[in-house]
Amino acid sequence: MINHDIVIVGGGPAGMAAAVAAYDNGVTDVVILDRDDDLGGILRQCIHNGFGLHKLGQELTGPEYAAVYKAKVEERGITVYKNTMVLDVSQDKVVTATNRDGIMQIQAKAVVLAMGCRERSRGALNTPGTRPAGVFSAGTAQKLINCEGYMVGKKVVILGSGDIGLIMARRMSLEGAKVEAVCEIMPYSGGLTRNIVQCLEDFYIPLYLSTTVAEIHGKKRLEGVTIAQVDENRNVIEETKRYIECDTLLLSVGLIPENELTAQAGIDMDRITSGAIVDENCQTLAEGVFACGNVLHVHDLVDYVSDEAERAGKGAAEYVTKGTNNSEYVNVSAAGGVRYVLPQHIHTQPKEAVSLFMRVGKPYGKVRFTAKCGDTVLASAIRLKAAPGEMEKLVIKTDKFSHITGDITVTLEEM
Amino acid sequence: MEKFDILIAGAGVTGGMIARELSRFQLSVCLLEKENDVACGATKANSGIVHGGYDPVPGTLKAKLNTAGVELLFEAAEMLNVPHKRNGSMVCAFAEDENRIIDHLYERGLENGIEGLSVITGDRARELEPELSDKVTKALLVTNSGIVCPYELTIAAVGNAMDNGVELKRNFAISDIAKIGEGFVVSAADGRKVQGKYLINCAGSFADDLAAMVGDKFYQIIPRAGEYMLLDKAEGVRVSRTIFQTPGKEGKGILVTPTNHGNLLTGPTATEVEHGESTETTGAQLAYVQRMGAKSVPGVNFRQVITSFTGVRASVAGGDFIIQMSDKVNGFVHVAGIDSPGLTCCVSIAKYVVDILKNAGVVLTEKENWNGTREDMHAFSKMSVEEKNEVIRNNPSYGKIICRCETVTEGEIIAALHKNPVALDLDGVKRRTRSGMGRCQGGFCSSYVMKLIAQHAGMDMTDVTKNGTGSYVLTEKI
Repeated sequence: MINHDIVIVGGGPAGMAAAVAAYDNGVTDVVILDRDDDLGGILRQCIHNGFGLHKLGQELTGPEYAAVYKAKVEERGITVYKNTMVLDVSQDKVVTATNRDGIMQIQAKAVVLAMGCRERSRGALNTPGTRPAGVFSAGTAQKLINCEGYMVGKKVVILGSGDIGLIMARRMSLEGAKVEAVCEIMPYSGGLTRNIVQCLEDFYIPLYLSTTVAEIHGKKRLEGVTIAQVDENRNVIEETKRYIECDTLLLSVGLIPENELTAQAGIDMDRITSGAIVDENCQTLAEGVFACGNVLHVHDLVDYVSDEAERAGKGAAEYVTKGTNNSEYVNVSAAGGVRYVLPQHIHTQPKEAVSLFMRVGKPYGKVRFTAKCGDTVLASAIRLKAAPGEMEKLVIKTDKFSHITGDITVTLEEM
Repeated sequence: MEKFDILIAGAGVTGGMIARELSRFQLSVCLLEKENDVACGATKANSGIVHGGYDPVPGTLKAKLNTAGVELLFEAAEMLNVPHKRNGSMVCAFAEDENRIIDHLYERGLENGIEGLSVITGDRARELEPELSDKVTKALLVTNSGIVCPYELTIAAVGNAMDNGVELKRNFAISDIAKIGEGFVVSAADGRKVQGKYLINCAGSFADDLAAMVGDKFYQIIPRAGEYMLLDKAEGVRVSRTIFQTPGKEGKGILVTPTNHGNLLTGPTATEVEHGESTETTGAQLAYVQRMGAKSVPGVNFRQVITSFTGVRASVAGGDFIIQMSDKVNGFVHVAGIDSPGLTCCVSIAKYVVDILKNAGVVLTEKENWNGTREDMHAFSKMSVEEKNEVIRNNPSYGKIICRCETVTEGEIIAALHKNPVALDLDGVKRRTRSGMGRCQGGFCSSYVMKLIAQHAGMDMTDVTKNGTGSYVLTEKI
């Protein structure tokens, strides 16, 4: 058993930002464990631009954004165990990991979980049909193309208009493939508006809403898919079925936080976010264990991942140096059109302004988000539109702290 | 042309186990498989159940081989270090007429010589399996039955047979069989030919095609598809036994069972299909699986499905196994109609076939150095931390995890690429190591696995396939 003050599980954008923040808040004995051969996580395969506009004030590619944080990690001399897979995290903060040197156990004072997320697979969709080669989750195809340098197909259908699906529609087109269609089962896209414009419209790729892949055809390699419109209950409308010949189907049908370690540790999770229940410092219900980034909830922009991870890193450092905030917790819950809100609970006496993050359940026009405690408005903000694909934020400023006397509810009203 | 004493057509669990049984003797044996790997037909897509033996009609070959087969199967699984468990089972009735079927099955089981059967009340059944439906009225409790991983059993049986001298030819799709003076010349679609004195037809859903090639097609394979849903390990704890519903004429109904790897499996349906390769799933049948699975165990969370698949049973009219020396063509052995409980019977079938050969005059001289055991391909995952560290010290590739859902190391994958029968494609690695078998279904690990296959099988990345010719994954180097 070896000892470190703070162990960070995962060296993607969340893990790196958390490590830097922990260090900068006074804990220098921080280590990052990452399963890959370099820091950066999924950013390494995101070679498109659009990263860093909010956080760094410049538009970077994924690897460039990762490089900014990697440099910060290196400047601080933070130890990174690469090619190291964490097998277990316990509530008493023993982290077990394996690499080519063997299996190691680290006793930490605080742990930050930053494992990111994975893609929903074809199996989870239960799409009927055959099981040929040529069906990829969009991120797997992205890795094969951008990191390994191999093309995965020539005629492509994409199911799901989340951001990875949209980005991959453009990427496949740029490499010479013909993207026949992007199908979205919902009546609206789950991706960012800028991606719909830049990745589909600019390349004349049709987006079919309320449409799904109903069947997969082909024995050895994919030969085609049957697409069909769906009714309001998402059931296939038989008479709208139509066949599209293609050799590749990319699935961008949702991201799932990789919480196997969290669940294994017995840490309580939120059924809606599929991530841990946390407070304003990203501390889970296991004292001294923090979570941030896509393992906590799926983010739309990496910039917000970095912000959240900085809170987690700072929270972990303060936990190590000062111990816990002993004030009471109040619950924060979503109501009405707000699907979820994070953190799920906050201290009655937070140390600084508290940001609440939420997502809506369906697209809206002009809305007002309000966080209330009883009848008292703690924070409120107006948005010209709100979409499930975009995260929203409310800030409870310090002058409102005296009003945090009971549970908080976040709602929206259409205007 | 290569000459063998015995040719076996088809490397499913039946052909594989016959190959292993024959490898005990001083005979040259060649196993011919049309796919890029063994266990690619019905063997890879069935319930994986070792059936107790109460179901087959007394006096049939199925009844005889099932009764004899259970212990033989567990013994072989033990020697071959294949995941297996005697978890027992329950056949559940939900209504009065089904209660009578339970009594009938119990009596049939006694007649078949099965031990450890008892009829229990619905309440007792729920005591044993708390998640069982409160609508269960009566159940047959079976204690001798169990579960086994069917494809790992076959891979291990073929590997063990190969270690004992049997040859495996893959991608050998038989296109012609010529009867010659003493035996057969068997041709493949790609022009390869082999000669053998005896030819054992274990071609599953293609068995009638092979029988026709020698002019002795007295049965027709009726391919019947069974669709399944496999659920995440989070659901694997719903039941500890295999839960059946009362059987109908179509089959044993929809079961709910834990698997050897801790997942939950539910299925199969039973629909006649065009041919043995009609392995597509359908929306309607998957919905039926879900509905009927929930009938037995209402708490199953079907949002946790990680994959669904279809297997095709190679049934024949009459319903019994057809295992016999051809009346018309001496030296041609039919092993056909091997549907449920075929997996349970694979070893007893193999021994039965050896007897047929013996009666036909094949001299069976045992090899002195036959070794019926195979090393445990999952040994690493079962070790203590100290033992693992010792292994990693000698071979650091065991420290590198490739598949995180199933915790499979690079070392285990490399072993699967070098151990008989070697994996040559992604599905081959998956069935040997479980890499890609978990909840992300290969999303993260497949590119690493492809690199390992390319490196160890000496092929280009673009030549790596999912499951053989035509199932290419990559189109070109950018």
